[in-house]
Amino acid sequence: MAFYDGFFKILGLNNWCGEGASSAPLSMADLVAKGQGTDVEKPLFPFPSLDNLNESCTNISQTRDLTKGLEEGFLAIKPAMKAVLDPLTQPLSWLIDSSLFIFGSVPWFIMIPLLVAFAFYASRSIGVTVFVAVSILSLAFIDHYEVAMQTLAIIFVCTAISVFIGVPIGIAMSKSNTLQKAVVPILDLLQTLPTFVYLIPLIFLFSVTESKLYGIAIILYAIVPVIRLTDLGIRLVDQDVVEAANAFGMNGRQRLISVELPLALPNIMAGVNQTIMMSLAMVVIASLVSAPGLGVNVLRGIRNLELGVGIVAGIGIVLLAVILDRTSKAALSRVDKAQKTH
Amino acid sequence: MSQDPKITLRGLYKIFGTNHKQVLQHVKDGMSKDALLAQHLHVLGLQDINVNMQAGEITVVMGLSGSGKSTLIRHLNRLIEPTAGEILVDGEDVMKLSEDSLRYFRQEKMSMVFQNFALLPHRTILQNAGMPLAVRHRDAEEQNREAMKWLDRVGLGGYENHYPAQLSGGMQQRVGIARALTANTDIMLMDEAFSALDPLIRTDMQNLLLELQTELHKTIIFITHDLDEALKLADHLVILKDGRVVQQGEPQHILLNPTDPYIEDFVSDINRARVLRVRSVMHPLSGNTKYTEDVEADDNLESLIARSGGDTTNIYRVMRNGKAVGQIDMCDLVKALVPRISSAA
Repeated sequence: MAFYDGFFKILGLNNWCGEGASSAPLSMADLVAKGQGTDVEKPLFPFPSLDNLNESCTNISQTRDLTKGLEEGFLAIKPAMKAVLDPLTQPLSWLIDSSLFIFGSVPWFIMIPLLVAFAFYASRSIGVTVFVAVSILSLAFIDHYEVAMQTLAIIFVCTAISVFIGVPIGIAMSKSNTLQKAVVPILDLLQTLPTFVYLIPLIFLFSVTESKLYGIAIILYAIVPVIRLTDLGIRLVDQDVVEAANAFGMNGRQRLISVELPLALPNIMAGVNQTIMMSLAMVVIASLVSAPGLGVNVLRGIRNLELGVGIVAGIGIVLLAVILDRTSKAALSRVDKAQKTH
Repeated sequence: MSQDPKITLRGLYKIFGTNHKQVLQHVKDGMSKDALLAQHLHVLGLQDINVNMQAGEITVVMGLSGSGKSTLIRHLNRLIEPTAGEILVDGEDVMKLSEDSLRYFRQEKMSMVFQNFALLPHRTILQNAGMPLAVRHRDAEEQNREAMKWLDRVGLGGYENHYPAQLSGGMQQRVGIARALTANTDIMLMDEAFSALDPLIRTDMQNLLLELQTELHKTIIFITHDLDEALKLADHLVILKDGRVVQQGEPQHILLNPTDPYIEDFVSDINRARVLRVRSVMHPLSGNTKYTEDVEADDNLESLIARSGGDTTNIYRVMRNGKAVGQIDMCDLVKALVPRISSAA
């Protein structure tokens, strides 16, 4: 005898509900209670939730049917999605694999000077360059060179792709208020969805051995800031200058290339900095789905309770993060300064 | 007028708001700006503007902020689309231009100088001045040659490799003017071009503009809220109030015959002796009068007072280009200086 029996009787829905005991499987709580030979204590006035209504009326589905339906629905469209997405995202696998191969096969005595030279080229700052050199050398000294390079290789590809896709999306958003209204909720969703949740549908779609699986997860997470800040940057361009560009007869492309993008560059660079940092955050989590790099050591630390391994890898990640952040921030402030004090 | 005007505005209306076409009829029926805002939530920008701008003249559009003067100048190159009306430039209806020909029109026919300079901060002075030619895909050599020529002309030779932020406001506006001149257009639009500058530099720039104008004879449309500036520069003065033309004509004529209390208010604040010129107050030659001295038609009254030493019995002969064109009696001069008290006050 369940609480809501009378309710359905009054409504005259007895026939529709079907007589007799519920045919649905027992809930976990019921099962445990049965095993222990005690009754579950029912509250005096249970909330009319799906599960509670189901006890009185078997035609009302239980909550577990909802999640089951979602899963079945996803599995039903999976072949179609896979057929479309698989070839479309295949280049991502190739890019990440070849980047991993290059970062892994170039000998350290070439790679480290190259990275230091790049840091100097981007930042034009002796302090940052020295810091980068010392950090990479000390990572190499404690035998973390290889994993650090793997992490860097993945970040490199994912950031490049995020910028490559994100900047055009940001430009399009800045030109159309309708598009902006449509895209902003998606960006909000991508940014607030817990990072683990991205991985669930991706695991279903692609095999765990493919590098695009974590590549997509990283890009989805990291692309948001570069889109947002490109859109914002172009919208914040001094309208007087845009008006001057129009008054002298520039067309849309000339205006974009010679006025809007250069003036929005500091904001876009800030977006790229954020994108790099978010790639790094995600690449650690992506080690759950076979992404190589420093994250694997962190995972080992958690799984095998190897405290030292986990902490050293964690410090390695921090070092990498500071290197990337300082280098890209130095590049950003160089661009910013060039525009303000010229 | 003997020649056709360079720019003609006919029955120009601008109403800001989503249903501007529908509420246009209310405005034509005489609804005021305030009533339109209160009843229909639309802002009246311009109403029934009819102005002819002559080639080679400086037409000054003057009004207080909110009078619609900046809106008006942006209609000439269609940075703002009118609600109704015609804009003719060289007899061609600007409103009928397609997007491409409008862009071509903006490149070839009109250049613009802005109140806040609107230079590209990431480009050098030389690149900024050459921008109008870069837009037309002219080669770099021609861009630099033309840009250098005009930068030299506005007194900025030697600064071509600086960036805008390294220059003072007055110098930045010289770049703005050089940029407009590099475009080599007949028409120059100047939107409060000197309003952001301090008074001394403003006078410098006004003199520079007048100097350039005697050489180049461009058709200049100049927007200002400053009556002294308007009187100094204008060949033709248009006074706007609440989006309406209150009075237009020769500036000296407006000064002597204001038709509206609004203009009388404006006029009452200025030094009339310095602004009024002999030619505006003189009478035709009356024959056998004995003249104290000859004076130039474009002298202002202040200089004449100084010359007379306060003697009100003097009569001067007025000369222009060596020919006698009229005479001026010191009594007429004093009458012209009688301050007008605003009838509304």
